[in-house]
Amino acid sequence: MSVPVLEVHDLVKNFSIKTAAGIRVVRRTVQAVSGVSFTINEGQTVGLVGESGSGKTTVGRCVLRLIEPTGGSVQFKGQELLGMDQKVLRRLRAQMQIVFQDPYASLDPKMTVGAAIAEPLVIQKVEGNHEDRVVELLELVGLASDHSKRFPHEFSGGQRQRVGIARALALNPSLIVLDEPVSALDVSIQAGVVNLLEDLQAQLGLSYLFIAHDLSVVRHISDVVAVMYLGKLMEIGPADEIYNSPSHPYTQALLSAIPEPDPVTERKRQRILLQGDVPSPIDPPSGCRFRTRCPIAKEICAQEEPELIDRGQGHPVACHFAEVMPVKVSITGSALGTSAV
Amino acid sequence: MSNAALSIKDLRVTFKTLLGEVQAVRGVSLDVAPGEVVGVVGESGSGKSVSFLAVMGLLPKSARITGSAMVNDIELVGSSPKVLRKARGSEIAMIFQDPLSALNPVHRVGAQIVEMLQAHQSISKDEANTRAVELLDIVGIPQPKQRARQYAHEFSGGMRQRVMIAMAIANDPKVLIADEPTTALDVTVQAQILEVMERIRRDLGTAVVLITHDLGVVARIADRVQVMYAGRAVERGQVLPLFEHPSHPYTQGLLNSLPHGGKERLQPIPGAPPNMLQPPSGCAFRARCTHAIDRCAEAIPELIQVGVHETACIRAEELELTT
Repeated sequence: MSVPVLEVHDLVKNFSIKTAAGIRVVRRTVQAVSGVSFTINEGQTVGLVGESGSGKTTVGRCVLRLIEPTGGSVQFKGQELLGMDQKVLRRLRAQMQIVFQDPYASLDPKMTVGAAIAEPLVIQKVEGNHEDRVVELLELVGLASDHSKRFPHEFSGGQRQRVGIARALALNPSLIVLDEPVSALDVSIQAGVVNLLEDLQAQLGLSYLFIAHDLSVVRHISDVVAVMYLGKLMEIGPADEIYNSPSHPYTQALLSAIPEPDPVTERKRQRILLQGDVPSPIDPPSGCRFRTRCPIAKEICAQEEPELIDRGQGHPVACHFAEVMPVKVSITGSALGTSAV
Repeated sequence: MSNAALSIKDLRVTFKTLLGEVQAVRGVSLDVAPGEVVGVVGESGSGKSVSFLAVMGLLPKSARITGSAMVNDIELVGSSPKVLRKARGSEIAMIFQDPLSALNPVHRVGAQIVEMLQAHQSISKDEANTRAVELLDIVGIPQPKQRARQYAHEFSGGMRQRVMIAMAIANDPKVLIADEPTTALDVTVQAQILEVMERIRRDLGTAVVLITHDLGVVARIADRVQVMYAGRAVERGQVLPLFEHPSHPYTQGLLNSLPHGGKERLQPIPGAPPNMLQPPSGCAFRARCTHAIDRCAEAIPELIQVGVHETACIRAEELELTT
């Protein structure tokens, strides 16, 4: 077995913030990511899903050290990134790229897309003809070579995201962090970008960390799916297992909440309606972080934090009751014995 | 006169811009019955939001609106601000994607509902306060009495949207227009809001127009759906048969472009929507349509009855579309 492309172990990121307490200003800590571990092998896609505030984007940025993690370990092809000298890191970053959600915000409006795509080549002082490489990249992502002279505003959303992908590919990376890459696109366009990402992966042997809140897209593209809630992984495993037999009550609720574009199953489906909202990461619940919204929470859940381990499901689940839970709330809707609505 | 709660006929909206006239809405008609949920779907720029902003009289002055929109025998298009002000809230109300920008940050949430009530009903302050708390309770806000005294920033996104719904139904309107009400929310919270909207339709008999790009949301709660493309309705019908057997190639393309739970390759719709400064002749979808023939360029197709739903495609009857 070769060295994994990315190995994240016990990643922690705390943000220090100022909050008002009456007339005083108090420093408090937001625990955005609290001990997240996962591995991405060569040519593999790991999907990271969770609601807003779950810390999934923070994980993506910590992996590239775009923000400095508080603790843990991030190994890229066996090299520890945390604590690595900035100069060395910068050179290594050529192999790790990121694509953001909003391609309009991540492209300089005054720069032609050709210049934007060539910028990483300039920064990393790559020798050779940059223009040829830009044409090659444009064609690789399904754009025309004469597009290089145009400006971002002349492109549609889907095309701009292709430019963002071309720029990420410029330095032949082996890992790309895709942070909600298709969330801003209309569905008819989204499908084309998803197909492109799959083609590029097959062609170039890329590894992806695919961060998204759209669970159906994640299922489609991912080999492994990790479900985050309030800075922690609730469940991680092969995509089919997670979707066909989710074992964590949060995964079950999340899957049952996604509306499917099929009115027949939608009307038959039993739903687990979670109460309330995600608690604040400033003061997360004791024990299991999901317990305040969990339909099956018991006393032990407040006292003891469930470890993320395999409890007989074939993949790790962080729930005390994962094994005694009636499993199989398939996305197409069989019933669950708990508080289904 | 039909017994529709809202009746829109041949609505057209154009915007004057420096580059010319943008034809955002090009002849949309729709009847919504009391207690019915109609989903209006389409991609960005299809005119789905603009149509209903026009109905509400909420578009800027640069918009030219023609056609008709009747609610409870009141014509909304071209009416005076006074008529519109009276109709908005009491006959027809609207909620938006971003509830934070729709709420006043410096007034208590309860006071904003009270204002809404007193604008349309002669009701004492005390009565209005009691009613405001009741409304918050109806939309499922826990401890409504305490919550009424809080400000918008003290509410989560989902709770804010509930407040907006409470305000919208305060004067018991016939029609509620919800413009992407759950797009900014997480799926677990979206499920809660959809449940609230379903309850309101059931208990109050309010007609609901749900504008969304999410076909899953439509599949979940809508009775009928109107699919829009390039400022026109291209297909309309009951949700169940329409999702099962779309007759318009665009509807089929939309449904096919979604992942279906497997690893099969996705099928995007080729190309991009047309520029509405110069909409194409004939069918606006023909440039992206794999079934287009020369005749498609000749005239804009009207909605015609094909099987159980209406479709604006001249080839709908000969094409056997499946998803």
